[in-house]
Amino acid sequence: MIGDILRATGQHVVIVAVSVGIAIAIGIPLGIWCARRARAGRFMLRVVDAIQTIPSLALFGLLIPVPFIGGIGMRTAIVALILYSLLPIVRNTLTGIRGVDPIVLDAGVAMGLTDSQLLREVELPLAMPVIVAGIRIATVVGIGVATIAAAIGGGGLGTLIFRGVAMVDTRLMLAGAVPAAILALIADVVLSFVEKRMRI
Amino acid sequence: MAASVDFRSVSVAPILHDIDLRIGAGEAVAFVGRSGAGKTTMLRLVNGLVKPTRGDVVVDNTSLASTDLIALRRHTGYIIQGSGLFPHRTVYQNISTVPRLLGWPDSKTRPAAEAMMAKLDLPLAKFGDRYPRSLSGGEQQRVGIARAMIAGPSILLCDEPFGALDPIVRRDLQDAFIALRSGVTIIFVTHDLSEALRVAARIVLFDGGRVIIDCPASQFTSQPLPLVQRFVEAANL
Repeated sequence: MIGDILRATGQHVVIVAVSVGIAIAIGIPLGIWCARRARAGRFMLRVVDAIQTIPSLALFGLLIPVPFIGGIGMRTAIVALILYSLLPIVRNTLTGIRGVDPIVLDAGVAMGLTDSQLLREVELPLAMPVIVAGIRIATVVGIGVATIAAAIGGGGLGTLIFRGVAMVDTRLMLAGAVPAAILALIADVVLSFVEKRMRI
Repeated sequence: MAASVDFRSVSVAPILHDIDLRIGAGEAVAFVGRSGAGKTTMLRLVNGLVKPTRGDVVVDNTSLASTDLIALRRHTGYIIQGSGLFPHRTVYQNISTVPRLLGWPDSKTRPAAEAMMAKLDLPLAKFGDRYPRSLSGGEQQRVGIARAMIAGPSILLCDEPFGALDPIVRRDLQDAFIALRSGVTIIFVTHDLSEALRVAARIVLFDGGRVIIDCPASQFTSQPLPLVQRFVEAANL
């Protein structure tokens, strides 16, 4: 039993870590791009917002028939979680960059910082607490949604919960539910701490 | 080396209209006028933060349209209201921004920062590792001045730099500023006439996006125009 829980927890962490990691790699550049282009940015934000509106189980269902990324299994779960994690990361990157004091930006430009220097040295560091808040939300939500991924064979702690439901076995359900809740709490506490450390 | 600045039939729609103005190398000129008169836009034309819709801005005999603006800005100091210090960087990191961009070694930057901060009454040993949020408004603005002047700019652009400070601190900073300004062309935007008369040798009065008066500071108060007299009265000289 303990072995099952540990294996499922490990799987759960991997699914969430991989998908949030990829979502960060896509979402932060996308957020920067949105911050630079007002109209295109608004449009892109509406797209990721629309993805977030789709109920998670429905999103899994929609992805299964899609060639290459779909099917039954962990890959589909990860793709769905990436799509889910994008919104908070893109939106917070955009908000964080837009929120940088215009006087500070003005001073940076006037001192002769290039666009990329301004981004690396001023905008991103000052936006970082807001971006980390987005990553925290994406991670916590991701840990929750990943439990549902078991419904399409994605693995993770949801497997124990679904098996417990099917067998009307409360202990089995809790063996999946409790570690999932603890994971979400730990992620929230740790990332909240990182976020606070980044505030000036 | 101080640089000259030449505005040639410059318009910025809808703010400035057909401005012709030449500022010689090493001059200290104050742009005065009411809010919205166009003086800040004039200032921002000099380092290319604003582009003219017509006409040409020429710095040191080179048109800005054909100048590397990044290089120009690294040799142009810029002091603004509220200082614009990087809040996530220490005082020393703030001051050493332009030297770093210019590729100075730390062995050159640190003594320059020490000398500059000593002149501004903020010893680097005491203030260098502090963050801007722990400084008073007057101290922040001193750091802003040091940051703008450390690399020996050829032009110094000041946009209401002492606007948000109390009268006593403001006076102290004007004195510190006057003591520092040599070998640099200064353009100083303010709506405070007494400040303009203290820091500049020449006054240009703007209204409605045009130059109304351009004269030596010593002759400004005796100009008969009603607008000038209103400024003189308001300044309570």
